Amino acid sequence: MAIRERLSGNEAVAYAIKQINPDVMPAFPITPSTEIPQYVANYIANGEIDTEFIHVESEHSAMSATLGASAAGARALTATSSCGMALMWEELYVAASDRLPIVLALVNRALTGPININADHSDSMGARDSGWIQIYAESNQEVYDNFLQAFPIAEHKDVMLPVMICQDGFITSHGVENILLVEDDKVKEFVGEYEPEHYLLHPTEKMAVGPYAVSNYYMETKRAQRQAMLNAKQVILDMAAKFEQMTGRKYGFFEEYRMEDAEYAIVIIGSAAGTCKAAIEEIRATTGKKVGLLKIRVFRPFPEEEIAQALSHVKAVAIMDRSEMFAGSCGPLGAEVRAALFQAKSQAEVVNYFYGLGGRDITVQDFMQVYDNLENIANTHVVTGMYDYIGLRER
Amino acid sequence: MIQDRINEKSPWQDITEGNKIFEAATSKEFCTGEWRTFTPVFHEEKCKQCLLCVPVCPDSSIPVKDCKRGEFDYDHCKGCGICAKVCPFDAITMREGK
Repeated sequence: MAIRERLSGNEAVAYAIKQINPDVMPAFPITPSTEIPQYVANYIANGEIDTEFIHVESEHSAMSATLGASAAGARALTATSSCGMALMWEELYVAASDRLPIVLALVNRALTGPININADHSDSMGARDSGWIQIYAESNQEVYDNFLQAFPIAEHKDVMLPVMICQDGFITSHGVENILLVEDDKVKEFVGEYEPEHYLLHPTEKMAVGPYAVSNYYMETKRAQRQAMLNAKQVILDMAAKFEQMTGRKYGFFEEYRMEDAEYAIVIIGSAAGTCKAAIEEIRATTGKKVGLLKIRVFRPFPEEEIAQALSHVKAVAIMDRSEMFAGSCGPLGAEVRAALFQAKSQAEVVNYFYGLGGRDITVQDFMQVYDNLENIANTHVVTGMYDYIGLRER
Repeated sequence: MIQDRINEKSPWQDITEGNKIFEAATSKEFCTGEWRTFTPVFHEEKCKQCLLCVPVCPDSSIPVKDCKRGEFDYDHCKGCGICAKVCPFDAITMREGK
């Protein structure tokens, strides 16, 4: 029987770490992820797990030490947010290129400029090209479930890539919700022991990690790295199926909510999906309009064909971005979903909204407005441009 | 030789995971001497075998045998000129080119 609990998103991740009992966790505190290493340090101090905790002097060092531990053969992880991740930037790329199956518990927070500590995807979206697998959560339950699947995906022999488990700062990280926890023995069996094929502390094998690759080798190396990301798609689905067998909770690249007959769809990442679902229920109950939601769980690898297929029957789509990328055009999710729809020769009208930047609330009313806009766009075939805003004060 | 397995003609499918190298001391096989734009020339007749040049060479390109230095290892010498600078007897001079 699953264990019923009430946990914040940070507690849920820390609890998953306790159940996994990884080998090494170097970490440096930053709001709103600070609680994760704090809880883990408590577990270690209380003798509940024997993870080696390294008190580093910065996030640059946190990720460097995580890389070193992973290359040595340890199951290693860290946690951070926002500018902490920005300070890890250099090592993020190294982790992926060196094919080290690290897990990063990322609590999404706006990157500074202006300084802000609230939920926004600018940290992980900025790292979308770093070669990490990125899995996002709507709720505390999802971030816990995603975390349990992270190491089996990362360490799979066809993948061997680092995985970022993302959740929205404060909204889920500090919000306490009911949660179903998996029993310790089942977690241990699901996650398994990490037995790397090659590692630096191997007593007999000589090995060098991260050698210089001149232009004669770099391009082939990057193509090989791409293959690992391509392979990750099937492994993510396989792990989700295995997880469903264990818990009954179903996961994929995305969640399709009321999409079977939907004419108007929203594509979104993270906790705002819950608010969107409330709007869908309200609209369907009061007007009968066919509205639905595609909630992206896996952003890297990007499941473009599957997304295009899931949206193939809708009349209009609103892609919702919780981060700027200053193209002067779309946001990151908007650009990629649009590209997927274009490639699939979709006839749907598409609009891209920025919302919730720096933790601004988005309401059920806001989502109802978006669906109204979609209906209007579908009827008039007039889209005002490549992007627009929800919840922006304007003269 | 590692270069028999992975070399500049290898397709991407043959690149090891993360470029990991499963041998030691492979830098010996990587002939960096071709980067050279200046070349040290050893004048044995002027050499007193003081060996001051040996420890200052950043690329360990001055081999020593029986307490005596020999000819430069041009496969790895990058022509930095430190040996010529440190030699008190003008037994090493620098010439332009490889």
